[in-house]
Amino acid sequence: AFKAAVLIQQWYRRYVARLEMRRRCTWRIFQSIEYACEQDQIKLHNFFSYLMDQFTPSSSKERDFISRMFISGESYKEAELEKCCDYESIEVPDSYTGPRLSFPLLPDHATALLEAFQQKQQLHARYVLNLLHETRKHLKQLPNISHVSTCYSEEVTVCGAPWGNLSLLTSTCSLLLQNGLPSPSKSYVFNGDFVDRGKQSLEILIILFAFLLIYPKEVHLNRGNHEDHIVNLRYGFTKEVMQKYKVHGKKILRMFQNVFCWLPLATLIDQKVLIIHGGISDTTDLNMLEKIQRDKFISVLRMKKKKESSRKPEIQAINGESKSDTEAAGNEAAPRLSLQPQSAQAPSTANRLEFSRWLRQTVQDQIDTCRRLVDISESEPEELTYSSMVSLKDVDEPCWTYQEEWKQILDILWSDPMPQEGCRENKVRGGGCYFGPDVTEKFLEKYSLQFLIRSHECKQEGYEFCHNRKVLTIFSASNYYEIGSNRGAYVKLGPDLIPHFVQYQANKTAHMLTMTQRQGIPVARISRVEESAFRALREKLFAHTSALISAFKAYDGDNTGRITLSNWATAVESVLRLGLPWRMLRPQLVRSTEDGMLEYKSWLDDLAMEQRSREHIQSSLLEVIYRNRSNLETIFRIIDRDHSGLISFEEFQQTWKLFSSHMNIELTDDGIDDLVRSIDFNKDGNIDFNEFLEAFRLVKQCP
Amino acid sequence: IVAEIEKKITEAFEVFDRESNKTVDVREIGCIIRSLGCFPNEAEVQELLAQVNMEVEEQGGFIHLEQFLPVMTKVLLERRFWPIPEDVILHAFEALDENKCGYITKEDLVKHLTEE
Repeated sequence: AFKAAVLIQQWYRRYVARLEMRRRCTWRIFQSIEYACEQDQIKLHNFFSYLMDQFTPSSSKERDFISRMFISGESYKEAELEKCCDYESIEVPDSYTGPRLSFPLLPDHATALLEAFQQKQQLHARYVLNLLHETRKHLKQLPNISHVSTCYSEEVTVCGAPWGNLSLLTSTCSLLLQNGLPSPSKSYVFNGDFVDRGKQSLEILIILFAFLLIYPKEVHLNRGNHEDHIVNLRYGFTKEVMQKYKVHGKKILRMFQNVFCWLPLATLIDQKVLIIHGGISDTTDLNMLEKIQRDKFISVLRMKKKKESSRKPEIQAINGESKSDTEAAGNEAAPRLSLQPQSAQAPSTANRLEFSRWLRQTVQDQIDTCRRLVDISESEPEELTYSSMVSLKDVDEPCWTYQEEWKQILDILWSDPMPQEGCRENKVRGGGCYFGPDVTEKFLEKYSLQFLIRSHECKQEGYEFCHNRKVLTIFSASNYYEIGSNRGAYVKLGPDLIPHFVQYQANKTAHMLTMTQRQGIPVARISRVEESAFRALREKLFAHTSALISAFKAYDGDNTGRITLSNWATAVESVLRLGLPWRMLRPQLVRSTEDGMLEYKSWLDDLAMEQRSREHIQSSLLEVIYRNRSNLETIFRIIDRDHSGLISFEEFQQTWKLFSSHMNIELTDDGIDDLVRSIDFNKDGNIDFNEFLEAFRLVKQCP
Repeated sequence: IVAEIEKKITEAFEVFDRESNKTVDVREIGCIIRSLGCFPNEAEVQELLAQVNMEVEEQGGFIHLEQFLPVMTKVLLERRFWPIPEDVILHAFEALDENKCGYITKEDLVKHLTEE
């Protein structure tokens, strides 16, 4: 009998081990696909750089078209914004049954909102704008770095965004019920990335801002990399708002854009613990961060080089060469100022000399204006209009270049820790850097801090220490990739600044998050997550069909149509570069093999059949679409300035032409025609690109 | 074939390699060995670990891929700890099922498994 027990034990252990392996492999798949997705951002950058640097527009139409892509997200003057946010004039019909807000907000309003959202009701546009207006007012007076003291609040709870695939009400209620409502003795810090995940980003923000206004001293928000205009375009927030608010969507989006850039950049607890969304770099400078005008940076991802000057006399960034011109003028302050529309007309052609001269002049004007202001009034920086952006203090201090400030914010929002020492560019994300334990050590020492808390990366257990427990990653959205994929966690700090963790994993069937101890994970959950991961992986494989065929053929010298499984694994990795354990994954991806060899052609055909394909479209074209779909979607959205979801047929064609010339793809005009014909035109020459993307199943959001 | 085996081992190892520095926590070794298809019991895992550790002194709770690879390769080549066929497991269950009723209760199972 003893022997029997041992046998069973062995068998069982093996079973558990396999489960664990499966779990980790699945995790790896999701992570690598997510990062590859973010890598698309780089490709997008490259595309724009290509357009700027190498593409010579062959007609003025093309030039117009391209420059439209580059006219920056406008920064808004106060007056314009007031007009935008003119919620008073919006009528709320009597038939509206949703919550009605009045300011100042009370906890009852929050409850009303939560209940309404649970019932899938929508907050009326008027109240949304009103809320955003008040939020903006509140955020404007906050410093770049919020300070929290455990003397006042005994306990600080830090969360990453606690929302993933779940219902908003479930998550929020659970968090607050388990941990308690914000109060003078219980502060909350929400560490960024409130949007772009799931279909309820709007509701999440509304609730979050509501809490911010109801408990202004106890709730703190940090900006994350998703509180960013360009990122919203790609990941779905823009779309969500436009879909839910057809009439006032544009206004609402603009307000959000503005509110995002007023979000504080970091939070400091007791001067000892720094909370930022992404991470740090070896050049992170807290003093600079405190003084930057954070609202200048509506999007940290905007293209930074601009050779074509925009029609609008605003400067978002300075081209390398003209920067040196302005330096010659001895004015480092130049690039930081935004210019009033009436002060000068920007030259309409990119005549660099004229341009920099004009620049210097207008900059000088600005400096003079500021100097005058300093003489006149010593205080009330609030009185300064939005357009004269240099604060009084800074005129006397060394001014940093726009580029330097921009880098500070980019690093804070996008960086990731790495185990190796040093600091290098974060090519995976396309922004920020990878920072090593030595960078952390130096930084903490420099500012007498104990440790850093950040989010930005999904962790299986909801939290993870690294760099000798000096960096803590906290990730609060359980089931981030898929139901069952990971736990969420939040951390509580008391005056001793020792972190206490609470982990949870939302259970689909229960209405409350269940706090669990470390438990074995039910098999069913693993399979579901696994399935999802493998589906995504198969799609990726399909998207690289032609590259894979070439790679396989390289191993199939005799042209037998078969290769060994070992070569299969090597080939797949060389094409996809996802760093996945292909040999472990093989049984799930390759169904039938004979004597260790794979018939690759039929395998690829099987993959293709899974994806809904359009037979009359060139298959290579289909592949291209799949491979670049998130970029295509982003580009479409940028072109679609009024967020209507429609772009004209010409714009569509031009986009394709530009894109394909950049990607060096052979694209016949017939090919494009076929493509277009397969889409239903609804309105006289306009293409609903949502339909287009739907038709090719391209609307799936990247996790 | 050895190369293929080594690649497999490396892959499995890397899945557990949190910091991408070719080391895994010693507690995960059991998992890795088992997911490669082997059926060692705890004692056998310890034995294996001792072999791996013999090459270097204090590893401090971490196993390096370089030490693990040759030992594990041998294990796979020799087909040590190979999976037990199903009917044997069935017998094992039957042996524990004293009353021959076709099932064992959870308590019984726990009792037997923890008696070791």
